[in-house]
Amino acid sequence: MLTKEQAGDIFDRIRKFTSADGVEVSISGGRFALTRFANNTIHQNVAEENHIVSARTAFGSKTARAFTNKFDDESLRQVVRSAESLAKVQHPDPDLLPMPCSDEASGRAGGGMRSPQVPSRHFQQTAAITPEFRADGVGKIVGVADRHKLTTAGIFSSAESVEGIFNSRGLSNWHTQTSAEVSITMLAADSSGWQKANSPDVANLDPLMLAEVAAKKAVDSAHPREIPAGKYTVILEPAAVLDIVGFMFWDYAGMAILDQRSFLAGRIGTKLFGDNITIWDDVAHPLQTGCPFDGEGMRRQRVALVENGIVKRVVYARATAERMKRSEYKDKVGPIEATGHGFSLPNEMGEMPQNIVFAPPGDPQTVAQMIASTERGVLVTRLWYIREVEPFEKILTGMTRDGTFYVENGRVQGGVRNFRLNESLIQMLSNVEAMSVPARSCGEESFDMVVPAMKVKNFNFTEVTKF
Amino acid sequence: MKHVANWALNAASARGASYADTRIVAQRSRALTTKNGKVGSALDSESVGMSVRVIADGAWGFAASAELGRGAVEATAAEAVAIARASARVKREDIRLAPEKAAVAEWSTPYKIDPFSVSVEQNIELLLKIDAELRSVSGITLAEANLNFNREQQWFVSSEGADIHQTKLSTGAGYAAYAFAGNEIQKRSYPNSFGGQWQSKGYELIDELKLVENARRIAQEAVALHQADQCPEGKFDLILDSSQLGLQIHESVGHPIELDRVLGMEANFAGTSFLTLDKLRTLRYGSGLVNVVADARQEHGPGLGTFGYDDEGVAAQCTPIITKGLFTGYLSSRETAHTIGENRSGGTLRAEGWNRLPMIRMTNISLLPGEKPLSLEQLIASTDHAILMQTNRSWSIDDKRYNFQFGCEIGWEIKGGKRVRMVKNPSYSGITTEFWNSLDALCSRDEWTLWGTPNCGKGQPQQVMGTGHGAAASRFRGIKVGSAFKGA
Repeated sequence: MLTKEQAGDIFDRIRKFTSADGVEVSISGGRFALTRFANNTIHQNVAEENHIVSARTAFGSKTARAFTNKFDDESLRQVVRSAESLAKVQHPDPDLLPMPCSDEASGRAGGGMRSPQVPSRHFQQTAAITPEFRADGVGKIVGVADRHKLTTAGIFSSAESVEGIFNSRGLSNWHTQTSAEVSITMLAADSSGWQKANSPDVANLDPLMLAEVAAKKAVDSAHPREIPAGKYTVILEPAAVLDIVGFMFWDYAGMAILDQRSFLAGRIGTKLFGDNITIWDDVAHPLQTGCPFDGEGMRRQRVALVENGIVKRVVYARATAERMKRSEYKDKVGPIEATGHGFSLPNEMGEMPQNIVFAPPGDPQTVAQMIASTERGVLVTRLWYIREVEPFEKILTGMTRDGTFYVENGRVQGGVRNFRLNESLIQMLSNVEAMSVPARSCGEESFDMVVPAMKVKNFNFTEVTKF
Repeated sequence: MKHVANWALNAASARGASYADTRIVAQRSRALTTKNGKVGSALDSESVGMSVRVIADGAWGFAASAELGRGAVEATAAEAVAIARASARVKREDIRLAPEKAAVAEWSTPYKIDPFSVSVEQNIELLLKIDAELRSVSGITLAEANLNFNREQQWFVSSEGADIHQTKLSTGAGYAAYAFAGNEIQKRSYPNSFGGQWQSKGYELIDELKLVENARRIAQEAVALHQADQCPEGKFDLILDSSQLGLQIHESVGHPIELDRVLGMEANFAGTSFLTLDKLRTLRYGSGLVNVVADARQEHGPGLGTFGYDDEGVAAQCTPIITKGLFTGYLSSRETAHTIGENRSGGTLRAEGWNRLPMIRMTNISLLPGEKPLSLEQLIASTDHAILMQTNRSWSIDDKRYNFQFGCEIGWEIKGGKRVRMVKNPSYSGITTEFWNSLDALCSRDEWTLWGTPNCGKGQPQQVMGTGHGAAASRFRGIKVGSAFKGA
């Protein structure tokens, strides 16, 4: 693992090699290992160590970036040459700002919003995970599958990573983190169940519990029957919620508004969702993970995106905020300031919130309580292959997967064949009848979030598949 | 690089590996984009590293490192063996590899112009010219254009004696015009959506695509969509253009024939497949006009699935996948070939880079063109009533690859052999085998294009791979159209 001191040495050498007006060095990487199993056996098992250094050079209002994973002097000279030659042939960009100094990036200058304190996300026990540890975990999962006469597939991964950014105006930020993740599918003859969890601290993971829940879902959804497509009350477990709502957060970006590709264009300040929907971006939340600074090294701020169904604001990179202040939209988008959500420059997307936290409801209900209060509905474990059908009403399509159940008279009545959804995300978040306490959740269609399970009325299923 | 490879193989052997191979890979890429008259991003990237794949105690291990010094390479090999021994703790049977004659070979992507030899200034000038053409059309609110170049040099050496050096080159280019008005965002892309067209060739692709020449038409179509009627809902005959059909092939033929999916190896992430082993040579996959091959050979064309050898040293091959409608073949590897009674791999194992494990990936999965001469315009002229759909906008399919739904950027209603009106938000859906069995006409070679899909995701950790899909515009009877907007 690269240390901050070694990274600082890389920056110093790059700074020495460049003749640019300004230089920024970003470093990311670490150690990653993943044990993969299927058919109750480990069939893939990998490990890697790699670090990527990128140098961004700026000549006046021209900038470009080059990447390498070699840190000898000649490789660093080459990456500088590449970044410089790319930058020099750019057309001047009047929106390009000088790189932030340390005070600006930390929020000490300019009286911006206070940066939240981010807890340590590096755990020695996670960093020390071995292939044998992961194999033993998989062995326990396979034991659960064998006991239930099921077939299991999934992963157990571990990682130790670093992210750093240095620039020629004195900025120096460094973040280390660990993570462990378990994902389990249990397969029966005509049904399946799934669970997934991750954490910076492996002590928070319970592979046996996850395996038992996935197995129960596979067993309980056996012999699925076909019920017709149509509008149903659905109970979406947290993974299903995040898979859907993740598709809107690219739009909570100043650049998306300026580009007029956001469904929030002309809608900031309006009530778009139900009263019970409040959403924050909060990197410091105890259930969140990730780096406390953005692609320019700016500290990530806690930002209220939606309050009681009203879209309050979007997030900004530094340059986007300055552009927005000069734009025709400046009086219609709420507060405008750099929030620490920018991507590494240069890029065309600007920024996005990536540490989403849904506020807890006033009267949280468990999934079991949601089921008990449902006369007729569908319980969804997980969604799959979600894509945007229509960008302004945010109509999404996708499939249910790995545990879809019919609910009637307050009880789960067994498995049903999987549905295709075509649902407006705006409508969905306007039709939420109940929510659980938000939990850290992960799926495959979107990034990890702190989200509740949701009971949603009039959810639109348009087709049924063959299983 | 042979000496580096031998350090790894010797270290693996000394620790008890019964099989080992190593890949040393150097990748270079350049990505240039413009947006609304400005350069969006300008990125150069280089990545070099090596990996060791071993079998020890009958199980797989894999380790990768960016360090190519002897100590690091030997430590990486030792780590791979240790990982394999850990894998063996949860194993049902030993890994079996289909025999493969060890190849000693050199192979390179043929090209006319090295894309890295073309100046950045020239590329930016081209992108800005496209951008200006797009935004010269009133109503265009966002214009994006991209150029991408990739070179990968790989040395593959195995404990069985294989020694293969390959250099693969790919080029990609495309653009999109967005028109936002009222409460609607419409978009048109060229020559395809999501990055345009990608092929395994040099800069000559850029000239062939006629990017500037098509920009104004594409922008005008994006604006015109706002005035178009909503695509009707119901059962219609459907004509798909070549690019949309390429993605249809990718999703509803390419993925289900991956043998690792069929065998359950991808069940937790990418999913499984409806093509269970009993369906080989028994399933009527499509109509008698449907002939699909998986062809990685150079003679198939410059697809993103074209190579000399796969990433376990097996030579590029052509496998018949669907023959006159009958399902006849899977994509296989040395590990999986025996499960379908084959004694040789189909040569489809590929990795995203030096730090990723090779896995079964699509090569060029192509629908062969019709034998009788038939142009798109002739196909339209022979159609009584249908919807023609062009350029993908959204795609989704279930985890066994039965039920799919695609949205396209633009549609045209065909009546009496003529395009009578433009329709917006076209979409269609169906069940894979029912859909392919409804194909009743496909255009001939002149309409056939080998499309590149640069962004196929699969595996854990996820790997992104380029695949190729040849297709000519085709007609399908009685397809469900428009249900994406039904009730939403």
